[in-house]
Formats: sequence, structure tokens, C-alpha cells
Amino acid sequence: MDVRSAKNYVFWLFCQFELITCSYLMEPWEKVLFYSFNVGMVGTLLYTAYACAAAHAGPALQLLWHCLGSQQGNAVSAVK
Amino acid sequence: INHIVHNGGLYKRPFNEAFEETPMLVAVLTYVGYGVLTLFGYLRDFMRQWKIEKCQNATEREEQKDFVPLYQDFENFYNRNLYMRIRDSWNRPICSVPGAKVDMMERVSHDYNWTFTYTGRVIKDIINMGSYNYLGFAQNAGACQEAAAKVLSQYGAGVCSTRQEMGNLDKHEELEKLVARFLGVESAMAYGMGFATNSMNIPALVGKGCLILSDELNHASLVLGARLSGATIRIFKHNNMQSLEKLLKDAIVHGQPRTRRPWKKILILVEGIYSMEGSIVRLPEVIALKKKYKSYLYLDEAHSIGALGPSGRGVVEYFGLNPEDVDVMMGTFTKSFGAAGGYIGGKKELIDYLRTYSHSAVYATSMSPPVVEQIITSVKCIMGEDGTTIGRARVQQLAENTRYFRRRLKEMGFIIYGNEDSPVVPLMLYMPAKIGAFGREMLKRNIGVVVVGFPATPIIESRARFCLSAAHTKEMLDTALKEINEVGDLLQLKYSRRRLVPLLDRPFDETTYEETED
Repeated sequence: MDVRSAKNYVFWLFCQFELITCSYLMEPWEKVLFYSFNVGMVGTLLYTAYACAAAHAGPALQLLWHCLGSQQGNAVSAVK
Repeated sequence: INHIVHNGGLYKRPFNEAFEETPMLVAVLTYVGYGVLTLFGYLRDFMRQWKIEKCQNATEREEQKDFVPLYQDFENFYNRNLYMRIRDSWNRPICSVPGAKVDMMERVSHDYNWTFTYTGRVIKDIINMGSYNYLGFAQNAGACQEAAAKVLSQYGAGVCSTRQEMGNLDKHEELEKLVARFLGVESAMAYGMGFATNSMNIPALVGKGCLILSDELNHASLVLGARLSGATIRIFKHNNMQSLEKLLKDAIVHGQPRTRRPWKKILILVEGIYSMEGSIVRLPEVIALKKKYKSYLYLDEAHSIGALGPSGRGVVEYFGLNPEDVDVMMGTFTKSFGAAGGYIGGKKELIDYLRTYSHSAVYATSMSPPVVEQIITSVKCIMGEDGTTIGRARVQQLAENTRYFRRRLKEMGFIIYGNEDSPVVPLMLYMPAKIGAFGREMLKRNIGVVVVGFPATPIIESRARFCLSAAHTKEMLDTALKEINEVGDLLQLKYSRRRLVPLLDRPFDETTYEETED
């Protein structure tokens, strides 16, 4: 069953995370604290990335078009 | 091909030793793990101090809270916050003879390893990969056991005196003559405890005004003996002959630190097999250096006697050297002979001196007679004097087991430290959670292993140490290897990058950064 092996794989990955960060050794309330801190940090990072990306995406794309446009202009003039 | 060290033709056989370097990612993740545990340790200490959580470890009494704190150093912090979490891998109670298979009493903990309760069940037939049972003499049946039982009924169990007073039995004399013959030295003396042999006899041999050159990774008994003696101690890098030679040269050229007088004695302390690394001492080079600079050699063969050499006579025979070149040959009876105690062998004048001046001879109770008989029988068995070839067969079986086990583990991809021929096999774990996980998973699969962590090893280099035995059959080793493979895949322990690191011939000093020369 592909779903079963995928689930096993995800569970194994989670076990590796537990071993590396030593949350394998923690008591349940410590695990709750640690995971909520981790999830909070990751969530904050994602939100910051989203917010920054949204703000900077517009100017970044404009710059990209400008470069490509000038390149096209150069190429066209060279061909001509 | 592993680099073969040929230093002026001193070695008659290839010396293959490797200590693969820690992969960078693994080291970083290990520090991450320790960092997380340290933070949680601080949190728990805070909660214990502010009485949010019940304090179950030892603390000072209320009246003593204003005194200098007793439990605030790193050792105690490590103990209550990190060691306690994985404590169930140690001090496991066994209830049978520690042979190739052992029975263990099951215990559970309901408060996260602060207290243990026994369920009453006995886990039977656990493959024992942790006991120092190199030749398989830990038996409760057979020639050794019968002889020991006979002597027990004849002499009793206690001696009730020291060697110098009324405790010198004829059995002790017989044992000492036999040990001297076994080692190829003039005379030997036996003591009741291996640790005490080192720590009580080094002070008798050296004192103030002498120099001790001790290997970096020497055992606690050697370190304690060296410190108790009052001599100056200098440490050379582990098994590094260039470092030793530099220290010897400096000692001869400069003499004692302030007065520049020559040292009264220079004693080099090395071990035959280092039990945490599995490395074998470079004995031909040490003896060559000792002869060149006219110093004395103290060789601690605790793990190598019985385990190395074609007839089990230790590291001296393994390299094909003359036992008379080693001034003081020390060893223990605990590991290969299935008994307890230690011995020192050497020239007759040395041993006669130790009989009078050693603290252990004067103050410690002498060895118990059944134990002495066990040693006598096992030494005779190894030498072949009991009329059978059991001893020889066991030594060969141990060598075969060692080579097979190490080869298979290396092929699987684990990082294994040490020499190819040493029966002590350290398998690197590195991360603290994996120490506890490895011990528990192996026990679930009915294999008992010893895992070692911080105070005994450097903090990131924790390991699992397998001690092979001649009593292990190939089937047992195959079962163990299968389970180790499984657990290695489960816990991702196969760190080896399979890059064959050649041993350096030139000095490994501050200007060398990597072991490989690209």
C-alpha cells in the first residue's frame, strides 16, 4: 500500500527529528512545550517570508522584466 | 588498502588502526541536541528551585542553603538533567553467569528513571555483547568451576588477613609461579583487585623527582596511581610516538623544571588495548624509544592478556617481542580469566621490592582461594597444560570472531574505532538521544550492549562498546549483526563515508588540519 509506506516514511522522519533534537528523551509536557515553540518559530518564519515576498515580489519582477526587455532590445538591434 | 606503517622494520605484521573523523553534520546536530537538553535542564532546575516541580535529586539541607553550593558544577548538572533521562541503559541487574548469554531482571520506571521497580519477570538468554569475557571462562560448569568448588570446600571463601600477615596461602605462591611462567618473566605477584594493583603500586615505584609520561587516554587507575605517587606527570597524545619522543627528548635535555637536575626515573605508562578506543599500543616503537632514552616501561595489559597473541600471552607476543624488554608488566585476571584481581610481573628484584613496599600487599586482603583456583585452572587451560586444546581453540576462536565482526560492521557502514585485531569494538553513536535509544532498542531485540557517554568519552563522541568473546558462536554473532543492522537503519547510525583514511607517518602537530593528504 503506497499510502501505508508513505505514512511509515513520514513517521520514521519524525522519529529521526525526535532523536536529533533529543525530544525522544523528554517528558510529555516538555515535548508539548518544545513542539509548540518549534511550530511557532516555523510559523513566524513562513509568515515573515510571505509578507516580505508579497512586498518585494512586485519590484523584483519589474526588475526582471526590465533586464529581459533590455536584453531583447539589444538582441533585436544586434540582429538588425 | 590501509596504510601499512613500516618504521624501520619494527613491525612484523601490518598495523591497521583507524579512527574515522566525525562527519561535520553529525557533530553539528550532536551539539544541537546537547543545546536543547541543556536549555531544558536549566528550565527544570529553575522549576525545582522555585518548587514548581518536586526535587528528587540530592540537594543540601535547608540550613546549608547559604553555604558554598555543592551541586552546581557541570558534572552534577549533567547528572540530574541528561544522565537521568537515559539511566535505564546502565546498572542493569543480571541474574545468571555472564557468559555468552545472560539473564536479566526486567525493571520499569514510572517516574522517568528516578526510581525503578522490578516487574518480577526475568528476560532469559540475552546475547551478551558487553561482558569482558574474552576467552569465555565465565562459566558455571566445567573444569574451572569444579576445581574452584573443591578449593572452596577445602579453604573456605575468606582469607581474613593481608599478604604480609597471615594471608599468604600456598595457592598464592602457586599462582604467582604459574603467572610468571605464563608471561615469560622472572617473577610475578598477584593482588586482589585490578584497580588497586595500578593505583597502589605506581606510588611504590616512582615518587617525587621522577617523571611519568602517560598516554592521553589511560585508565582512571593509572591516572590515580600516577597522581598519588607525587611524580611529575606529562601527557603524550594517544598512541603518538612522535609526541612521546618529543617529551622524552625535552625531559632528557632540560631535566627537572626548576633545578635542571636529571630526572631520577622516567616511567612510560601505556595500556595494551585501550578499552574505550579499541586501539592497540605501538609497542615496538615504545620499546625502541625506551631503550634509546633509557627510561622504564609500565605496560597495563588489562584487556590484552589472553585476548591477543597466537597463544594468548598478550600484546608482547602479538608483536613478537621479548617480555624482558618491558620492565613492569601489569595485567588483570578480571577480563580473560573469568576471575578478579591483578598481577604485576617483572624482574625478581622488582617483585621482591613490591612484596615489601606495595600498599596493596601491606594493607589489602589477599585473594580469595576459589578465585585463585579459577585463575590457576584457566591459565593452565590457555597454556595447554591441562591436556586439552581448549585454550588454544578459544584464543583462535576469539581472533576469528574479532575479524569477522569488525569486517561485517565496517561493511554495513558504521564508524568503528580501533585496531583490526582488538576484541573491543566501539561503534560511534554521537547523539545523546541515540545513546538511550540504542540501548533500549537492542534490549528489546534481546541483545545486551554497553553504551558509553560523557564522562568516560569526549562529550560528542559517545559510543556503544561491544566486547567479543570466544564463547560467541557464529550464529550468535550473525543474530547480533542482523539486529545491529536493523537498529542502525532505524536510528540512522551508518555515518561512515567509507573514505579510507591512511595513517599518518609524519607528526600530527598543530599545522596538520586533516588526516588525509589531498
